[in-house]
Amino acid sequence: MRLCKVIGSVTAAVKHPAYFGLTLMIVQPLDATSMEEKGSSILAVDTVQAGPGDQVLVMSEGSGVRQILKTSPTSSPIRSVIVGIVDVVTLDEDASV
Amino acid sequence: MYLGRVIGTVVARRKVSGLEGAKFLVVQPLCERLQESGPTQVAVDTVQAGLGELVYLVGSREAALALDPYFVPVDAAIVGIVDGLHRPERDVQDWTP
Repeated sequence: MRLCKVIGSVTAAVKHPAYFGLTLMIVQPLDATSMEEKGSSILAVDTVQAGPGDQVLVMSEGSGVRQILKTSPTSSPIRSVIVGIVDVVTLDEDASV
Repeated sequence: MYLGRVIGTVVARRKVSGLEGAKFLVVQPLCERLQESGPTQVAVDTVQAGLGELVYLVGSREAALALDPYFVPVDAAIVGIVDGLHRPERDVQDWTP
C-alpha cells in the first residue's frame, strides 16, 4: 500500500457500470519518511469514508479490490482503493536505509 | 486510476483478435491540477468519450476487464467522463466542463 493524502473528489455521471454508486477520490502519494508529496496524484475508490485532508492507505491491485468490493472477477476495472485512514505514523529515528 | 484529456483518435485496421470494434483514443494523462503527468498513451474507450473531454482511466491489468468480453489485451481503458473535480486541499476552484 501507499501513504497518500486525500486531495478531493471526482464526479462523473457517464462511467463504466463497475463505478456506479462508488465514491472516487483524488489521492496524492506521500513520502513516508518526510510526509512530503511525491509523484503525481491518482484516483482511488473510497471504502472508509475518507475526507479531504485525511492521510490514508491506498491499495492498488485488482484482485484485492474485487475482494474488498465483493465484485466478480470479470467485471471490475478498478485498480486503486482507499483501505484505511491513518492515525499515526512512527518512524524508527536511527534506522538507516 | 488517473485523469486524462482526450486529444485524438487512432484507427488500426490490422490488430490482434479481440480488439475488433474497439475504439482507440489518444489520451494525455493529467494530475489533479490538470497538468501533464506522463507521456501520452492510447486507450480503449468504453464510455463514448469525445475529443477534448476530461476523462478518467484505469491502467494495467484491470483495463482488460473494462471491455465485454473481458480479458481483451489492453493496458489502458477510459472508464468515466468527468463532470466535476472538487479539490479543497489545493488552492484552486472546483472544475466543471
